[in-house]
Amino acid sequence: MSDAPSTVDVKPRKRKARRETTLQALPWLAPALILIGGVVIYPAGYMIYTSFRDITRFGTDRGWAGWTNYEAVFNLAHLPKVFLNTGVWVVGVVAVSIALSMVLAQFLNKRFPGRRVVRLVIIVPWAASVVMTSTIFVYGLDPFYGIINRLLTDVGLISEPYGFLKNATAGFFSAAAVAVFVSVPFTTFVILSGLQTISDDTLEAAQIDGASRTQTYWQVVFPMLRPALAVATIINVINVFNSLPILRTMTGAIPGYDADTTTTLTFKIIQADRQIDTASALSVINFLVVLVVIGVYLRVVRPMRED
Amino acid sequence: MTTLTERLPSTVDAPRPPKRGRGQRKRWELTAVGVIVALVFLFPYIVMLIGSLKSRPEILQVPPTYLPQEWHPENYVNMWNTPETPLGSNLLSTVVISLGGTALALLAALPAAYFTARHNFRLKMPFLLLVLITQMLQPTVLASGLFREFVTLGLNDTLFSMILVNAAFNLSFAVWIMHSFFRGVPKEIEEAAWLDGCTRTQSMRRVMLPLVWPGIVTTVIFTFIACWNEFAASLILLPTDTNQPLTVALTKFVGQYDSAWQYVFGVSLIGILPVVILFSMIEKHLVAGLTAGGVK
Repeated sequence: MSDAPSTVDVKPRKRKARRETTLQALPWLAPALILIGGVVIYPAGYMIYTSFRDITRFGTDRGWAGWTNYEAVFNLAHLPKVFLNTGVWVVGVVAVSIALSMVLAQFLNKRFPGRRVVRLVIIVPWAASVVMTSTIFVYGLDPFYGIINRLLTDVGLISEPYGFLKNATAGFFSAAAVAVFVSVPFTTFVILSGLQTISDDTLEAAQIDGASRTQTYWQVVFPMLRPALAVATIINVINVFNSLPILRTMTGAIPGYDADTTTTLTFKIIQADRQIDTASALSVINFLVVLVVIGVYLRVVRPMRED
Repeated sequence: MTTLTERLPSTVDAPRPPKRGRGQRKRWELTAVGVIVALVFLFPYIVMLIGSLKSRPEILQVPPTYLPQEWHPENYVNMWNTPETPLGSNLLSTVVISLGGTALALLAALPAAYFTARHNFRLKMPFLLLVLITQMLQPTVLASGLFREFVTLGLNDTLFSMILVNAAFNLSFAVWIMHSFFRGVPKEIEEAAWLDGCTRTQSMRRVMLPLVWPGIVTTVIFTFIACWNEFAASLILLPTDTNQPLTVALTKFVGQYDSAWQYVFGVSLIGILPVVILFSMIEKHLVAGLTAGGVK
């Protein structure tokens, strides 16, 4: 798969030149390679290494551990729940974000007075630090002094203030809502940029052919949005899967692991239990899962093909 | 861009040409919807602004007040001198890490993006995929390895170490978006410049740079914002409080039993304002930039 795009457009006589270019490429790629090597590859290698070592809470390496760290991960009593949470978290947050963003992008693609201001405002949750946005919800959802609780009570949506972040289930879904809230702006802009690649002529042609507005959307606009949707999906899946701040800020204080994803579980194992070796094993599993998910997605949707 | 969107609604709305009065009324209805949408997205930040102006007892009052009974703008002065965290140093750290991280990411990404866009070579796709994969790992899981590495290099708990981390984790985006921008410039334009007697550097500076400028602006601002908001790696890799960026410092005000929410919100707004201003500067590029970066 990796070689396919580049071989297509290369004529045979250029083959030799290609080999020489690989050497020429080195100085151009070196800065990037050094940075990746030092900050990503080396620690990633170390992570894989420690996942097979027996390391004490104080960092002393007591030698080869075989698969025991992986066994320890799979023996965690709360692991099935955490995996389930992770699935719900990633699929739920990404799907809802994309659905809402498609509606919002369609709306922001229409022309109306003040559209620019609305677009600017929507950028705010994207630009703002996720920790800061999550913190405001921690405050607002407090059952005693929380302003969102008061607002919901005054509007009549709930009869009395509710401790949204006091139990795992409600906390988890509140955090998911915040995750959607911070993902929608980026997703909307990606889809908006996709919408702008669709020319008037295409839409006019559909109209002349007698397509209704619904038909035009699903049969003309939607297929042309595929690349934009693919980009939005991939980036959101990676970000949402790896997201630490939202759950840490909003449900980190809830005891137990009922509101944890694999990412926050890894963090807890490092910070609270200080089990670097087990955390490394979990991280390796974590990474493989993302890799497989993205790999399958790329295979099926092929958004990166260069035609 | 504008011509495209200008005509879009009219082409979707049958019949054509639209009657003037009807079109006008419809657009203002859309504005009303727009105001509601805007309020939804601004809501948390409005809560933040109001909260930052309340007194400490009032912000913990049960039931809470919507608007402050007394206004306390001096919170914005007092928050710089609290026992919880040295806020001045925190702001400085954030600025240094963000500027350094952005500059380094760009310096490393530009040559790689240019070369991969212009030349075909055996390791091109493996290289680009390697860059992409770095995006899938996150600093938290690499923290223990990074920590060890930085201790060995004598860089642990320094701003420079966070500059490296931020640059590396934003490299992927920078390379990919610049790669597509460079690809978008036809090779012929560059070759024409060479034929006209430009040296490689000259053609780079006078021909390429202006053409890919929107891409560079987008990359710089995106990277800067990502560095500015980075939280997880700093939380683990920077134990000294004077080194910690604003995102980590902020959490110091939230205690298990007692929280200085008015300062949390004040600090948050100070942290959010510059990035929102930066972002609004590229709002126009944003739509075009994202298309070029991901979709092409």
